[in-house]
This record gives sequence, C-alpha cells and structure tokens, in this order.
Amino acid sequence: MSPVIDKPPQAEQTPIRHTHSMDEPMLSSSEHANHHLDPKIVVEDVHFFYGEKQALFKINLVIPKHKITAFIGPSGCGKSTLLRCLNRLNDLVEGTRVDGRILMDGMNIYDPSVDITDLRTKVGMVFQKINPFPKSIYQNVAYGPQLHGMRRRSDLDDIVEKSMQGAGLWEEAKDRLHQSALGLSGGQQQRLCIARALAVNPEVLLLDEPCSALDPISTAKIEELLHSLKHQLTVVIVTHNMQQASRVSDLTGFFLLGELIEYDDTKAIFTNPSDRRTEDYVTGRFG
Amino acid sequence: MRQAFNKFLSSGTLFVWLCGAAVAMSLLMVGGILLLIMVNGLGFFWPHTISEMTLKDGTRLLGEIQGQEVIPNSMTPESPEGKTRIRMKIGNRDLYGLDFQWVDEEDIVARSTPQDVVVFERREWGNFYGRIQQVTQGDMVMASDNNQAWKILPPLIEQVNQLHEDIDVIQRVEIGDINHDMEQARLKIQALHIKGISQSPEIVEREATIQRLEIQYQQQVETLRQLDARLADYTLTLVDTNGREKSLPLGQIVEALRPNDMGVGAKCLTYLHNFWTVLSDEPREANTEGGIFPAIFGTVMMVFIMSIAVVPFGVLAAFYLKEYARQGAVVRIVRIAVNNLAGVPSIVFGVFGLGFFVYAVGGTVDQLFYPEALPNPTFGTGGILWASLTLALMTVPVVIVATEESLSAVPREYREGSIALGATKFESMWRVILPCAMPGILTGLILAVARATGEVAPLMLTGVVKLAPALPLDFHFPFVHLDRKFMHLGFHIYDVGFQSPNVEAAKPMVYVTTLILVMVVIMLNMTAIALRNRMKKKFKGAAV
Repeated sequence: MSPVIDKPPQAEQTPIRHTHSMDEPMLSSSEHANHHLDPKIVVEDVHFFYGEKQALFKINLVIPKHKITAFIGPSGCGKSTLLRCLNRLNDLVEGTRVDGRILMDGMNIYDPSVDITDLRTKVGMVFQKINPFPKSIYQNVAYGPQLHGMRRRSDLDDIVEKSMQGAGLWEEAKDRLHQSALGLSGGQQQRLCIARALAVNPEVLLLDEPCSALDPISTAKIEELLHSLKHQLTVVIVTHNMQQASRVSDLTGFFLLGELIEYDDTKAIFTNPSDRRTEDYVTGRFG
Repeated sequence: MRQAFNKFLSSGTLFVWLCGAAVAMSLLMVGGILLLIMVNGLGFFWPHTISEMTLKDGTRLLGEIQGQEVIPNSMTPESPEGKTRIRMKIGNRDLYGLDFQWVDEEDIVARSTPQDVVVFERREWGNFYGRIQQVTQGDMVMASDNNQAWKILPPLIEQVNQLHEDIDVIQRVEIGDINHDMEQARLKIQALHIKGISQSPEIVEREATIQRLEIQYQQQVETLRQLDARLADYTLTLVDTNGREKSLPLGQIVEALRPNDMGVGAKCLTYLHNFWTVLSDEPREANTEGGIFPAIFGTVMMVFIMSIAVVPFGVLAAFYLKEYARQGAVVRIVRIAVNNLAGVPSIVFGVFGLGFFVYAVGGTVDQLFYPEALPNPTFGTGGILWASLTLALMTVPVVIVATEESLSAVPREYREGSIALGATKFESMWRVILPCAMPGILTGLILAVARATGEVAPLMLTGVVKLAPALPLDFHFPFVHLDRKFMHLGFHIYDVGFQSPNVEAAKPMVYVTTLILVMVVIMLNMTAIALRNRMKKKFKGAAV
C-alpha cells in the first residue's frame, strides 16, 4: 500500500467558494486572481494558543493549488505557527490548542477522524534549521518511502533518483549517495531536505525560512527550485526576507502580532498595499 | 599593592593554577595507585635472586630478600641511624612453619648468592629453597648430587606435569561427564516419581544407565589411582641450607628454577611463563597460589550478563520517562528516586538480591521447573544469574540517567523532520532518535560496567564463592549454566588477602589479582568505548 505514489483525483465535492463568500476580507480586495484558482487549503477562523497565550487571532485565508504563497512579517508574528498548523506539527508541543478549521481539499485536517501521519505525508515540510538525519544521503531520501512500506531496492533507487533530481541535487551528489549527508554543504543539505520531503510525493510543501542559514547562491538555487516545483505541488513559504517573498511567491500574506493584516497578490502587497502597516513593513519602516 | 592583588585575582591566573593543581593532584593519585599495583603485581612474576646469609651463631638462611627497615627504637648514641633488619622469604613452610623471617643486619656475617640453589614451586607448602640431594626411582638412585640431579630433573618435571594434566582431564572432563549424566538420569527418575510413576520402562532404562555409568566411573577411578601412583614414581630428597633433609614425591613439584644461574633472557621467559600460568590456571593452596582463570572468567561473564540485562531495561525506562510520560510532578519524583537509587549502598542491593532474586524468584523457579532436584536448590541459591541481575538493578539508574541525557541531546529538528515525513512517534524514535542516542547510551553502559566490575559486597550474598567447582560455561547442555556459583576477581582479592591462613605469602597474589582486575575493567571499558566510537562514526559518516 503506497499512499505516496498516486494521488487520488481530488473530489470537488466541497463548496469552498460558497462557504468562502465575498464577505471574507482577505479575498474581497479587488479583482485578484485567487478566485479563479483552485483552493488547496482553506484556513477558517483559526485561533491558536500556546497554553494561555494566544498566538494567532482569527486567521482566514485560502491557499491556491500550484501557487507559491509566502507568509511575511516580523519575528513572533505567528507566521511559522500558522505554517506548522498546516501539517499539525504544533501537536507535538504540549499545551497548544487550535480553534477554527483548516480544510485541505475540503477536509478539516483537525477532524478527529483524520489520520495524522497520512496528513503529514501529504504535507511535506522543510525547516529553518537544516536537519538532514545523520545517515547517508540515500538513507535520508529513502527514509520517508521506507516508512510507508517501500522495501524493494529498485523502487527505492528510483524514488531517490527522482526526488533528488526534483530537488536539483542529483547531479552533484549521485556519486556519493552512500556517504554521510552531513558532509554536504549547507545549501546542498537543504536541498537534500527538500528531496527527502519530495520522496513521499506530497501535495503541499511547507518551507519555514528555508534559506535563512544559506548564502545568496544557495538561496538562488532553492528559489529556482521552488519555481519548478510549483507545477507539481502547492508551496507555502515563510520568510523573513522580503526580497525573497517578492521574487518567488505568487501570493503574500503579511502577519503582525498574530493577525493576518493583508493577503493579496505578491505584486499588490509590494507595490500597492492596502493597509498602512503592510506598507510600513515592506518599505522597511519597521520590523 | 592591594589594587595589584585585586587585579591578579580578577585576571583569573590564580583560578587557572587552582584548576591545574586539582587536575595534577587527581592524576598523581590515580597514577600513584596504578604504579603501586603495577610494581607489586608485575614484580611477582620475576624470578628473584636467592641470597644465602650466614649468621653469627653459625646458622644459615636461604631465601629472597623482600625488604629492609630500621628496627623501631633501635637508635643509640653509637648508631644514630638505628639498626636495620632484612625481611627474607625463606619458604620451606613444612620445615620452618613460617615463610618469612626478619634478620638483623648486624647478625649477618656473610652473604652470597650461590649459583646452585634451586627454587622449587610445589603443589603444597609453598616454595622450597635449597639443594637436591638425590633423585630415586623406587630403590634405584638416579642422581646423587645437586648438579647431576639438576641435569636430569627438567624432563622428569615435564613428565609429572603432563601426568597432572591427564589427571585433571580425567577428573574434570571424564568423571565430570559421568557425574553429569548420572545426575541427569537420577533427576529424570525423580521427576517420574514425583509424577506418581514408580514403575515404567523408562525408569528401568535410566537405572540401567546409572549402573552402566557407575561401572565407567569405577574404571575412571582406577585409571586415576594408577596415574596418582605414577606421580610417586620418583622421589626427590632435598636439603635446606642447614642440611635438613626433606623427601617428597616428584609429583609435588610444579617447577624448579635456579634463578641465580639465569640470564636476563631466561628470566624474561620465566616471567612470561609465570604470567601466563596465573592467567590461565586454576587456583591452588586455598587460592594463594596457582592461577586465577576462573575468577577472570567469572568476572567477565557476570559483566556480560549484567550488560545484556541492564541496557534494554534502562533504555526502555528512560524512553518512557523522557518520551511518553507526561512531564510533571510524578515524573520528576520518579527521576529523583532513580538518581537516589544510584547512591544506595551496594550491600543493600545485595540483601535485596538475596531476598528477591535468590529466595523469592529462584525458589519459585525451583518449585515450578526443578522439583525433582529439591531439596537441593537449583536457582534457589546464589548464582551468576542472580548476581548479575542484582548488579544490573544497582547500575540501572546510571543507564537511565545517561540515556535520558542523550535523548535530550538529540536535536529537536530530527524529531520534527521525521514526524513531518509522516513517521509516527515510535518510528521516529526507533529509526532516528535511538541511533542518535546510541553513543550516549553506551556511555551509560561504560559507567555501569565500571561500577559493576569492581563491586564485591552484593556478590558475596548472591552467588560468589571462594572456589567454584566448575565454570558457568561448559560443554554440557545447555552450555551456559546461569544457576552456577562463580568466582570473581574482587572477591578473590578479599579472600586471598584477608581470609587466607598465610596472608603474608599471599600478598603478591593480591597485587596480581588487583592488577588483573584493573586490566579487566580497562579492557571491558575499552571494548565499550570502541563500540561507541564506531557508532559515532557510523552516525556521523554513513553506511547502508
């Protein structure tokens, strides 16, 4: 049984567009493109708490399929928290609580009936702190497929090659597949993490400041990679770097103190923001 | 001035010196104890020069000089330094009653180191220092003076040693096998009796077996008797330096040396030979002579069994405490309790082991599985399994603490990375976290082994003996005999050093045993460290 290879055709049974009607503030601004796009993830009235402390306040947004969505904002604004809600990684932190709904292909991912490992297989993640496992390059990429029951060596070889090609790492590392992943350079390690995430064939890829520890050249490679990936999957990226957001993303959400201030086409956010605070931030007046 | 002093203080130079001094002090003490053990332990194997002293009253002494000291309260105006005396090992316990004697140096009128004196290592009564008067075979005199006898002696000694080896094989292996088979047959019959069967073809068959074995046993005993008689084929008549004669069968001799006539090369060979003998032989003479092989074997085997028990146990407990248990007051209390457990005196664990493992568990096991052997206990008495488990219990806190710490040291990113790929918590732990924590777990094992190897008190209650009749590992099914009592180097030190009738003569043995115990600890630790380094490399580097 291999949930990773073939995605079931997405049933269009949920009337997302209707529930998310025009009165939603984040989608109502002007004639922008979201409406014509297939929504992949819909965040509805999400509040998030770390114990007593509330970290997200009534977040509503729609992440469209095959687009790159960027979350920007100053440190502590909740953008990473929201990202980690999308694959329920926050469940690992004790004392956290989520209110509201997050729908992926119309299914609430916080529904008790959801198989959480299945969800996380569909929603891959790449972290700020580059974290290849202390194993060989091959073992790193094969880790996910092996978890999901792939045992045949030839299948694994194929998927490792495919994923590493997808992450643009194959040519550089194919001769040293069985050497330690920790021997790679920082940028290569991060691309390995992307390859590792791709190996389970996710539908969504979350990236939490993936380039914050990388030099400009490695950063450029990863940005390039994201562009090529968006044809296969939906990408959500959290970044501190506004240039990066403007370079790679199709849509951008600006967060401040746990609230989503503005969510629009990246172009609109950076050239013609509708909120004063967004303008202050993107022009570098604060944050 | 004051300012300068303050500046000196705040510069930290003083602190650096203090730290350095602390390190130096520790090294000095560790080095000192190792040196003491090494010098005394390694010196034991060296063939020492034999001195012959002639005293004022005309008597003579022959032996090894072992030390010199100033006689207490002997300082007089004429000799402000005081008089000195020498301690000599004169051996010949059967003649003199004592192995050692103090000689005042002013009583000595002549000293020499004659080439022709012979040191005999004997199977009883310790060493003999003297000369050979004659060697006879029955009534036939084969050699009638010291030098002539010395020439014909080596092959004869080899012969008797071979005889002893043959006897040993018969006693241990042949008769051992017969006894084992007889015991098995007897137990089978007993088991049938317990079931209420008193008449069956099986019983008849087993009884026939016992009779057959009994005949075999008698044959072996006869062979043994013949071999024993051959040990007395040759008679050796020795004289001590004062001319007292002593006759003994050649079978009593283990080795004869003329240390004063030996070159450095020959001494080195003897040294290595002696060293090997100690490592590989069984003990003799209430453990004060011969080898310590069973003790080495027992120690190592006990540590292995303990490791096999303690690692899974401690690691599982630590995983639960760290990964699954809800972090709160209860876990904190458990953790404190575990840490305190590490500080409980080992004798307390020994008493617990005796009460719980030996009597409660062992007694129950006996009733359930070995009823035919009762009232003789099988597991209901001290044994290597119970001793190992007691030590495992004693060292489990160390492993728990080390494992918990190494689990904490695994970066959170590894967990999250694995979880984010759709792994369950268990899969992440098994495939990512456990390998990463492995070096830390092995560190815990190293500490546990170091502590367990040197522990004696709990063993004395749970299975260590002065002299074990058989090793806990042999060729009889099931090969590993966890119920057997065993010997242990630490207990051996205590026993030889403080419980033997002739403590002074046993002193070298104590040092040797100590040295070997230290070496065993170091070797066990090295093994674990090598394993850890390999793992570290493996998880840093890679292999599929």
